[in-house]
Amino acid sequence: MPVVLEHLGKRFGDGAPVLDDVNATIGQGEFVALLGASGCGKSTLLNIMAGLEAPTSGALEVPSDGAAFMFQDAALFPWLTARENIELALKLRGVSKDGRRIKADELLELVHLGGAGDKRPHELSGGMRQRVALARSLAQDRQLLLMDEPFAALDAITRDLLHDELERIWKETGRTIVFVTHNVREAVRLGQRVLLLSSRPGRVVQEWNVSEEHRTDAGLAGQLTGIITARLREEIRRHAQ
Amino acid sequence: MPSKQTPVVEPVETPISTGSITGQPESRKVHAALTRSSTGTEDLRQLEAGLDSLQSDAVRKSRIDWSRILLPVAALAVLLIVWQVYVSLGIKRRDLVPGPLDVLGQLGTLWGEGKTQEAVWTSLQRGVVGFLISVAIATPVGLLLAQVAPLRRAFGPLISGLQVLPSVAWVPAAIIWFGLTDGTVYFVVFMGAIPSIINGLISGVDQIPPQYRSVGKVLGASRLQLALQIILPAALPGYLGGLKQGWAFSWRSLMAAEIIAVGGSIGFGLGSLLDQGRVLSDMTTVMAAILLILAVGILIELLVFAPIEKRLLRRRGLLAGSTR
Repeated sequence: MPVVLEHLGKRFGDGAPVLDDVNATIGQGEFVALLGASGCGKSTLLNIMAGLEAPTSGALEVPSDGAAFMFQDAALFPWLTARENIELALKLRGVSKDGRRIKADELLELVHLGGAGDKRPHELSGGMRQRVALARSLAQDRQLLLMDEPFAALDAITRDLLHDELERIWKETGRTIVFVTHNVREAVRLGQRVLLLSSRPGRVVQEWNVSEEHRTDAGLAGQLTGIITARLREEIRRHAQ
Repeated sequence: MPSKQTPVVEPVETPISTGSITGQPESRKVHAALTRSSTGTEDLRQLEAGLDSLQSDAVRKSRIDWSRILLPVAALAVLLIVWQVYVSLGIKRRDLVPGPLDVLGQLGTLWGEGKTQEAVWTSLQRGVVGFLISVAIATPVGLLLAQVAPLRRAFGPLISGLQVLPSVAWVPAAIIWFGLTDGTVYFVVFMGAIPSIINGLISGVDQIPPQYRSVGKVLGASRLQLALQIILPAALPGYLGGLKQGWAFSWRSLMAAEIIAVGGSIGFGLGSLLDQGRVLSDMTTVMAAILLILAVGILIELLVFAPIEKRLLRRRGLLAGSTR
């Protein structure tokens, strides 16, 4: 089990808890979508898993070598080309200079950006930047890949394509992926399992399994999306005064 | 409501004229954003390539923009003409307000005596050496202050204060400590340039998007790696601003020091030339020295800093829409 969360809690200072009693296990090679409305602490949970923040209570088990992380904006370094951005991740991992070049080209090819390696981030479209960011997070070579709404800022056409792309890469690389989103359809499209987090405090309130049929049958997928949306709205309504 | 959304129904190989839509569910393919929308890796690659080319801007060829050269030259010419016309009107005595032609003549004389070359060379050499040493001192100090919070809190106000303190104020102290030597000149240059460069670097670091640090940490950078490979390059635009200001402060401090401290083993610089003009009440020499000091400043900006800055900004995509 790469990731086990037990009674995890987090509060900032003396404020109300952001996360409270979060329990979840995520298996090796699994693709889990973490769904929730604003203020449910999705990003905080991801930051805790990445080791960027510490939990205030509970226990968590993550791979000892840490996790790769992909942010909402590509967060590529503007002074480096697409290839150099990927090479930096390899360099910080201790890969030799020759190895870096070869591996970076492989990764660019994997995200179908073989010809754009020498371009700088500002010369790339939003979708291309996110693919470079994906390649960079794959360059970290960690079993666990955490993604924080990576496609939220993209247009619909690009997002749909990147869903296909991410699914393909997940199958090719066998990574364990935790994908945070506030988009129910995206969660159903990508996750094998969808975990719904409640808001204030965040807690896993329900989960659904998404079968392979849901990927090919839009009717079935639509049905599940409806069910999850209804449950999510129920959770949001709770906060009406 | 996503649950009510009807899937897009796309007839496959069915011309509209065949009419009947009902009763042929097996000949249809159901598509929606909910499910896979591409039919395979090759299809996906093509779709992405198409989208990439649609979303990328065509490369625009840049050519030499003559207005960049002609406009400043024209502005200079206008100023010189106004100056010459004013002098020709004879409102003030010619020896108090010499015209551009008088100053040019004096410059020619000084050049013939070899004084111009000596003064420019001496000053430029000191300015550049002093500036480079300042950079070498200020960069690690600035990086350290920017990265270590207690140090910054302790020394930050002092460094900002030193930047406000005119470095000329150090000249008397420097003369007492170092006498009329190059040490005095360099000391004053350091006191002018170092705080300025440190401040530029710190403000450059402050303007780094916090995301970059998170990315660096996630990528597993150590503190030193974070500072050298992420923080420093990210802060480069602000750092370069600090360097420019640092150079300006070096040059100004140097002139102040040269004007005040004359004699001893201090060589003959532009400031010394200026002071010599004052002592001899020779206004053309004074004006010539001022113009030379200004010209060196402009040339360093145009030939050194402007190209570096332009390249830096263009590579980061920050040049679009600017009036440069």
